[in-house]
Amino acid sequence: MARKLLLEHINVPGINTLDVYRSKGGYASVEKALKTMSPEDVVEEVKKSGLRGRGGAGFPTGMKWSFLAKPEGVARYLVCNADESEPGTFKDRYLMNYIPHLLIEGMIVSSFALGAKVSYIYVRGEMMPQIRILEKAIAEAKNAGFLGKNILGSGYDLELYVQPGGGAYICGEETALLESLEGKRGNPRIKPPFPAIAGLYGCPTVVNNVESIAAVVPIINEGGEEYSKIGVGRSTGTKLISAGGNVKKPGVYEIDLGLPVEEFLYSDEFCGGIANGKRLKAVVAGGSSVPILPANLFLKTINNEPRLMSYESLADGGFVTGTMLGSGGFIAFDEDQCIVRNTWNFTRFYHHESCGQCSPCREGTGWMEKVLHRLENGHGSLSDMDLLVDVSKKIEGNTICPLGDAAAWPVASAIRHFRDEFEWHVTNASEAVTRNFGLAHYADPLTKKEAVA
Amino acid sequence: MSVKVKIDGIEVEVEPGTSILNAARQIGGDIVPPAMCYYSKLKDSGGKCRTCLVKVSKGSEKDPRPMPKLVASCRTAVMDGMEVQNITSPEVLEARKGIVEMLLINHPLDCPICDQAGECDLQNLAFDHGAVKTRYEFDRRTFEKIDIGDKIQLHMTRCILCYRCVFVADQITDHRIHGILNRGDHSEISTYIQHAVDNDFSGNVIDVCPVGALTDKTFRFKNRVWFTKPVQAHRDCDKCCGKVTLWYKGEEVLRVTARKDQYGEVEEFICNTCRFDKKKTSDWVIEGPSKVSHKSVISSNHYEFKPLPVVKTNPLLREANEEQFERDTRL
Repeated sequence: MARKLLLEHINVPGINTLDVYRSKGGYASVEKALKTMSPEDVVEEVKKSGLRGRGGAGFPTGMKWSFLAKPEGVARYLVCNADESEPGTFKDRYLMNYIPHLLIEGMIVSSFALGAKVSYIYVRGEMMPQIRILEKAIAEAKNAGFLGKNILGSGYDLELYVQPGGGAYICGEETALLESLEGKRGNPRIKPPFPAIAGLYGCPTVVNNVESIAAVVPIINEGGEEYSKIGVGRSTGTKLISAGGNVKKPGVYEIDLGLPVEEFLYSDEFCGGIANGKRLKAVVAGGSSVPILPANLFLKTINNEPRLMSYESLADGGFVTGTMLGSGGFIAFDEDQCIVRNTWNFTRFYHHESCGQCSPCREGTGWMEKVLHRLENGHGSLSDMDLLVDVSKKIEGNTICPLGDAAAWPVASAIRHFRDEFEWHVTNASEAVTRNFGLAHYADPLTKKEAVA
Repeated sequence: MSVKVKIDGIEVEVEPGTSILNAARQIGGDIVPPAMCYYSKLKDSGGKCRTCLVKVSKGSEKDPRPMPKLVASCRTAVMDGMEVQNITSPEVLEARKGIVEMLLINHPLDCPICDQAGECDLQNLAFDHGAVKTRYEFDRRTFEKIDIGDKIQLHMTRCILCYRCVFVADQITDHRIHGILNRGDHSEISTYIQHAVDNDFSGNVIDVCPVGALTDKTFRFKNRVWFTKPVQAHRDCDKCCGKVTLWYKGEEVLRVTARKDQYGEVEEFICNTCRFDKKKTSDWVIEGPSKVSHKSVISSNHYEFKPLPVVKTNPLLREANEEQFERDTRL
């Protein structure tokens, strides 16, 4: 069993209080960083660790930190993105709920590394219990002298605030988050300028996911070199995966990146296989916005190599036969699930959450939703699939923020891999509303390398 | 200090920091990307409608990599040595066609009863860049008409959410009381509780609206714009510049608008007194008829008729055209 870095003490009773957290070695990284290291050293350690952003895009965190502009006399900010609202992802809520001090410890060290005097945790509005937990934890940390003026006698001041959002998915996009934090309508900004140059209140800002910030703690405690030994290739460290769908044991699991997906899905340590003795049909590997894959392509890459839970291996095959690790929202579908209905459900979500700022996403998501709704309910036509692919292509890449891409990918990939099921919804419309298409050949082993256009 | 940028193979020197769109406007002609939300007089406008997408095939002299995605030309600054493809890139034309289709799927296409018809940016855009038919087969979103004050009517059903009127309210008038409510395709321009917009410059939202969503209640259903004659006029106004266009039908002034340039942008904003209250010829000093583009339906019946120019204002095209003309006449 691999060592856990983030969730090691998750089962200790009272770990959400400062005393218990301290007794388990908590806030050691703050002491180490503030007393023995310079901010540049911390950034260097994070760079060495190869930590990649855990929010979805997988951009190297150390690199992001080193891009931060440092003009004289201008405040810098660190903002923690806890607006976790991707369907299928619930790892950040779990982390904040059970072990809030880990996030706060990470925030202190990261803010120190970036030279931020004020930092914010932007939490999604629906997570009110977690907001209360964080506020309580911050008060505890402040009393113990880990926050406020002159932390641990190092002369470093930090104020940490929790800001509840309004519960909009779009505010998880970093520039929309900053707009919302400033008190404006949560519309994504047009980049450039990037937040590293002009972010919150026009000052240089770094926006990081909860898990990325929490991962800074073990990196500082054990050193970047040590952290980078875990994992495979450029995917280093551990990752929280929120497993959901038709698995026997859904929940949040901490895995070493590079774990074979077959082991993750079927071993008793993790998901424990598909519930009710059914077979696997499809998997969404990283939250609703990544391409969906049929079982055979998910377990093996197109070259018949076993797939691993890592940024590179999941992306093997590009968008044609691959997917993405995304934010780690792992959703498994068994043979009784309807892919058309699922795609419609995802698209309905994106239609609801589109901010309405730029036209392709505003109009296109609604259009796709209506076509999919028609297909699902047996009123579709065979040309609808081509229409959907075309509309998703018109949205993809033409929008201000990645929400347009996120709305387009699930539709395009579902039609690419499950076209026969979509067609069956048209040709056997009356049957499609009463029963599901079933497994077809989606779990068959891949026979030969297909020629891909 | 100026930077060189090549747009569709035509080189132009512009100030650093100019957007690609404005660089293209300096060249003029067919290579100017259409813009529905960008408004040069309004700060921070643009980037939303995505009709002005262009392909940057060479980033700059220093970093010649092409940009991975199509970029909004109204919000992307030029770099030295940048090469941009607009009408020479099939990818751009395809994307633009898609965006026009998207803009039209929730637009009611009630042009026959819309006051904006004939001077509507969306009509022009759809005519120039759109597909013949829409593939959208569902109901369009609809809203109730709202009166914002006694002179302006908001018909949200026609709105394409360009945010121009929000920027006007933000930047021209003292305090903003209208903005966007809700999100996605059900978001709407509103004053929230039908608050009257009653400051002196609020009428400008009518001029900046690219479609017929914000209309002048003193002109609604009075006449089609192509039956009226635009005439330049001015008066001494203590609030604004007083330079306007009067729209005549016979002897009567039907409406007053600000003067617009060739891209449909007003030259200077005018006040509500000039716009709504001064509708007699005696209030104004007439300068003469407005120049109307031969392409516009407004020019259909009147004014000097010029044969369609074979060349645009672009000197390079003109030269090429003269050569072609010579060759043709020689044979």
